[in-house]
Amino acid sequence: MDILIASTKIAVVLAAMLTSVVFLVLVERRMSAFIQNRIGPNRVGPYGLLQSVADVVKLLMKEDIVPAKANKPLHDLAPIISIAVAMTTFAVIPFGNAIELFGTTIKLQIADVNIGILYILAITSLGVYGLTLAGWSSNNKYSLLGGLRSSAQMISYELSMGLAIIGVILMAGTLRLDVIVEKQTEYLLGWLPAWNIFLQPVAFITFFIAAFAETNRLPFDLPEAEPELVGGFHTEYTGLKFGLFFLAEYMNMITASAIVVTLFLGGWHLPYADMLGLSGFALSILQVLTFCGKIVLVLLFFIAIRWTLPRFRYDQLMSLGWKVMLPLTLANALVTALILLAF
Amino acid sequence: MDLYAIIFYLFAVITLGSATIVVFSKNVVYSAFALLFALFGVAGLYVLLMADFLAITQLLVYVGGILVLVLFGVMLTTKVFDVQMKTKTIQMVPAVAILGLLSGTIVGVFWSTDWYISENPIDVAKTAPQIGNMLLTTYLLPFEIASVVLLVALIGAAMIARRERKG
Repeated sequence: MDILIASTKIAVVLAAMLTSVVFLVLVERRMSAFIQNRIGPNRVGPYGLLQSVADVVKLLMKEDIVPAKANKPLHDLAPIISIAVAMTTFAVIPFGNAIELFGTTIKLQIADVNIGILYILAITSLGVYGLTLAGWSSNNKYSLLGGLRSSAQMISYELSMGLAIIGVILMAGTLRLDVIVEKQTEYLLGWLPAWNIFLQPVAFITFFIAAFAETNRLPFDLPEAEPELVGGFHTEYTGLKFGLFFLAEYMNMITASAIVVTLFLGGWHLPYADMLGLSGFALSILQVLTFCGKIVLVLLFFIAIRWTLPRFRYDQLMSLGWKVMLPLTLANALVTALILLAF
Repeated sequence: MDLYAIIFYLFAVITLGSATIVVFSKNVVYSAFALLFALFGVAGLYVLLMADFLAITQLLVYVGGILVLVLFGVMLTTKVFDVQMKTKTIQMVPAVAILGLLSGTIVGVFWSTDWYISENPIDVAKTAPQIGNMLLTTYLLPFEIASVVLLVALIGAAMIARRERKG
């Protein structure tokens, strides 16, 4: 029975993520068109809704080309690693409180891990392998440069990410994600929801910036900077293998948004929802919808940033990571610890 | 054979198989990648032993950190794929002696140690706080010494890298 419940949860979450990727790509294209005063894809299906479906079919039909001097096994392995990492990270994120269904209480979280935050950090650090391997095995200078850049970037910003989270961990006193969300359901001064964004604003900002860098999104998309590197680490990938990298990038975006929501924006918590007088089941559904809604808002912000800011230069990226973000997050952790010690 | 045993043997095979490739592969790149799976398998074994914190740390430090650096070193070596590691067997007698001594010691330790088997089930929820408390109380000195050693290594690496650029 437990296995059945667990596999249902996995199937539902994966299906939801894959479907949202399809629409996320479309939303991104339409939104970028809006920002740049273009029209964007609007021909396939009503309002262009089926554009992404057409793109996926196109990717499936394309020939898989591997460069002659490439390292075939590693060239195949790289997208698999990327997508596996992207798919497994979401496992520990609570997407709702417990729900009553057919007489059993089901926790809305795939894996209830004691050290959920560390799990996320560990798994995302594995994502480097996908990009590095792809860059190196393609036997192409641009790919290699992209792969190296991505590893350097991800390793540098992982530090700030981890240190930014320390503030949150100190406040919650636990590494469990569900408890961290529960702590945020309280109210400050009687009316302000105790979300960590209000309690840890510095950590929120640094974490958010680091999340951009970790997902290789503009303004930090140095690994695939088109004007400099052709396509970066995925220059030599075609068809479905390129599709897997693409899918992984968007899934990482969704997961990063989900982590931001969980750690800083109160997770599934909808302020004052308990005043509505809903039944337990309806409240659970409302909480899941709240969680999804928050993710969508963060994602829209992600996209808006991408089409608003120019790309960093590589040395700017590195000096921002090591000279600004790292001291800032360290100071934040120290100040948080001191305040907690004092009171 | 229950599920636990199946998973144990799966991880054991992954670990030992990849470790064999690390040692015997004639290609440095494949060795480095096999090491990835070996470390991963060990992390899986830690999870089976209810040492979740240790498993995650293994991933975070060894797989996500140190091995990336190893790969950097391997990949940036020019024409690494043309390098064939050919070794001849020389100095048979001392080699056998050292091998015997080493494996003898390991087997001796394995047999003579009184392995601690916990009777009550471990409360996983408490392992991470316990490790944290012990690192900052009982084992504070070794912990700090380890961090100083790492710092020294870091400064040394920076020194060497800087000097090369000047000359």
